[in-house]
Amino acid sequence: MSATSHSPVFLHHNDLQQLLQILQHDGYTCIGPQVRDGVIHYDHIDTVEQLPRGYGQHQQPGHYQLEPAGHDRYFAWANGPQALKPWLFSPREALWQCQAGEDKLAFEQVAAEDDPLAVFGVRACDIAALYLHDKHFLQQTHRDPGYRSRRQNLLLVAVNCSHPAETCFCASTGDGPEVHYGHDLVLSELSEGFIVQAHTEKGLSILARLPAETASQSRIAAAQASSRAAAEQQGRRLPSQDLQAALFANLDHPRWEDIARRCLSCGNCTSVCPTCFCHREFDEPSLDGQTSTHYRQWDSCFNQGHSYIHGITLRAETRLRYRQWLTHKLGSWHQQYGRSGCVGCGRCISWCPVGIDLTAEASLICTGSEA
Amino acid sequence: MSRKPKVAIHKFSSCDGCQLAFLNLGEDLLALSRQVEIVHFAEAGPVNEEIPVDIAFVEGSISTPADRPRIEKIRHNSRFLITMGACATSGGIQALRNMADTNAWIGAIYARPDFIDSLDDSTAIARHVKVDFELWGCPVNSQQILSCVCALLSGVLPVDQHDSLCQQCKQQGLACLMVSQGLACLGPVTRAGCGALCPSLGRGCYGCYGPAENPNGPALAQRFMQLGLSAEETRRRFLFINSAAPAFNETGLKLPDAKPQGER
Amino acid sequence: MNSPYLPQEARIIERIEESPGLFTLRLHFTEPKRQEAYHFEPGQFNMLYLYGVGEIPISIVSDPKDEHIIDHTIRAVGRVSQAMSRLKTGQSIGLRGPFGRGWPLQTAEGRDVVVVTGGLGCAPVVSVINYIQHRRERFGKLNIVQGVKHSSDFIWKERYDHWRQMPDTTVLLAADRGDPIWPWHVGRVTDLFDQLDFDPANVSVMLCGPEGMMHVVARQMLERNVNENEIWLSMERNMQCAVGHCGHCQYGAHFICKNGPVFSYAELQPLFGQPGF
Repeated sequence: MSATSHSPVFLHHNDLQQLLQILQHDGYTCIGPQVRDGVIHYDHIDTVEQLPRGYGQHQQPGHYQLEPAGHDRYFAWANGPQALKPWLFSPREALWQCQAGEDKLAFEQVAAEDDPLAVFGVRACDIAALYLHDKHFLQQTHRDPGYRSRRQNLLLVAVNCSHPAETCFCASTGDGPEVHYGHDLVLSELSEGFIVQAHTEKGLSILARLPAETASQSRIAAAQASSRAAAEQQGRRLPSQDLQAALFANLDHPRWEDIARRCLSCGNCTSVCPTCFCHREFDEPSLDGQTSTHYRQWDSCFNQGHSYIHGITLRAETRLRYRQWLTHKLGSWHQQYGRSGCVGCGRCISWCPVGIDLTAEASLICTGSEA
Repeated sequence: MSRKPKVAIHKFSSCDGCQLAFLNLGEDLLALSRQVEIVHFAEAGPVNEEIPVDIAFVEGSISTPADRPRIEKIRHNSRFLITMGACATSGGIQALRNMADTNAWIGAIYARPDFIDSLDDSTAIARHVKVDFELWGCPVNSQQILSCVCALLSGVLPVDQHDSLCQQCKQQGLACLMVSQGLACLGPVTRAGCGALCPSLGRGCYGCYGPAENPNGPALAQRFMQLGLSAEETRRRFLFINSAAPAFNETGLKLPDAKPQGER
Repeated sequence: MNSPYLPQEARIIERIEESPGLFTLRLHFTEPKRQEAYHFEPGQFNMLYLYGVGEIPISIVSDPKDEHIIDHTIRAVGRVSQAMSRLKTGQSIGLRGPFGRGWPLQTAEGRDVVVVTGGLGCAPVVSVINYIQHRRERFGKLNIVQGVKHSSDFIWKERYDHWRQMPDTTVLLAADRGDPIWPWHVGRVTDLFDQLDFDPANVSVMLCGPEGMMHVVARQMLERNVNENEIWLSMERNMQCAVGHCGHCQYGAHFICKNGPVFSYAELQPLFGQPGF
């Protein structure tokens, strides 16, 4: 995708629906944030009325609460438990089917859904995670066909994050709060509307159809100030050192055992992590013995089956499972994909039922003191 | 297999709810009956308790003296013995009496206690005979039954689904109730399999599928108390439908009991 | 786009019972073009699929030169492999592969080769020995050392007898516990290392077996001045996708399925021997 240079435009809050309509007109199924069961959740949207306008949220380790923000912005909240991951890397997906005849088998690939998707409100951390999944599923010797077809038809309307949560630390991983790549359009929200910029040809063609005016210098400056403030607001950070070396030098650190006493080994962290890619495969045969469907489903390094090999569980204890998670996420990911596997979204901190804080644990293990 | 495998469905101390997983199969029940011959299923019709079978599904716990020889005979007559449900797999809700004075309860409940011939405790089938596979749940669902039969027909045991319910909950796009609502939920220490039924209805898991493979009960109990549950309330969460499952039992018994023994 | 996950139908040409619990499936793709296009290197593996049950990674034991058959020797130890052991000649299974990086046989040419195996059958190195056997002149001295727990676990006696007849070849066998008629060494494979005939400066060592055994052997080889880049090990982990996607087989930064399963001792550092990886 080539970078596209144009003057930023300003779109009034009242005209946001037009953006949605253009996307719908262009044949996109639109996915956007909305409030469901007390959290911000990404699902199909037909109108901007469904967006979580006026909401804010409070997040702490093991705690998430929506609250009225006291203004009527659309995107004045930090990420909920999921955003992009389930749409590209499905929690459960049929890969292929096998038909069984008399001593015969016939295999057939299950076609992946490939409706063009436009996702509204995507944050910088999730785009960074998407790029990591691209590396994992698409830029290796073997490519994942389902992921590929969904990815090819994806359009992203990103939002520069203005209200990070207490658990966010994207500024320290270098992944946010401002969106710099991967999007088609990016919105910076101000009190009365959005600064809109296009990043791709597709984005530009959409932008050209918006009832927008050239953005004033003062509005542009306000948007920039908002991003700067969002970065400065973040209290958490990862230690700024070679974490791969530091973690692997501390495999016997007593802190692993301390974490294991608190950790529920439930896998919530890996479920909400936008970069976790582990999945298991299994078969579901039909009762008549004629068809078997081969599925894949999200798995977790916190499960016993993850490290099971004929009769031996290599990571029977929680200590070893948590260590596997952290040494991979912050450590060996560098060697595998040239960067950390953490994008600073803070979900594993907020959504850990017992509030284990990865930044604090990594800091203790690597530097000896909490960040 | 050239002939249709024979299947028996037996009942011990239980509410019969797990057997409904068969009756609730709908059309699949017809498909099932094309693959196997159900030779004993008192709730649905055929009664032939003593016939040797390929697969015996056993519901209910061992709770009377007569249950013991009966389960041994069933084991003897069955190639595969599969327990279904909390009663058969952990002792069930009636195992609450294992922590109480059974005779005092019998005396308090029945007009003619002398008619009651009950063991002091309610125990899982696996405590008495070898069990080939355990289907957890209160009750089990039809999908578990189907997967189990399909696996056995394919010549293997089913894959044990013993990961935490949390993951199944997240895979369905649900948000954690404990984190977002402050609700006590046993999901992190409970095995998946129900499809996160309670969390999908905004209710915390009460552990009816029994302990997950690597449960950290004490840490979760502590979290429940931070969320505002008393030690007694927390204890009752763990000592409920699967009170005799070791992981739940140990966690629950370590918490203080505010009520005197034997009280309902 | 071709899916790397999709198996192809293969027919069981022959099922060979090697010993109780150990069997060989001789396979041939049903689709002739698929069979023609199929090439592999010793040490690589295939994913074998049993209808309705699932897939397992199995190394290929036949000679890569043989274009008509693909042999897999399988231990019936797990859910899938036990059920697979009941398959009969003429039945079909699913096959996809080959996957992974095999033994460094090209770079081993002109060098002495020491093959040390432990456990039943040790299929991943049989292909190495077969390969060298058919290209004997390209390699230096060949040493084959096989250790088993109990003498009754020893299989393929004829093969070892045959290999012993090859020029410049030493074959040594050891059983932790032997019965009275076991003619070879009772004890560990490492007890036999003084009898090996190789040049430490010009040798490729290839190991296969339980990790504890490979660990001990590798250290002994290092003590005998073998370079850590010339000690090769075949690793095993939980492999489900075989293409580096599912994440189960990660060993530090390595995906055993695609970066291995064969690694040099140097590549496995510093984690080799560390519990939990």
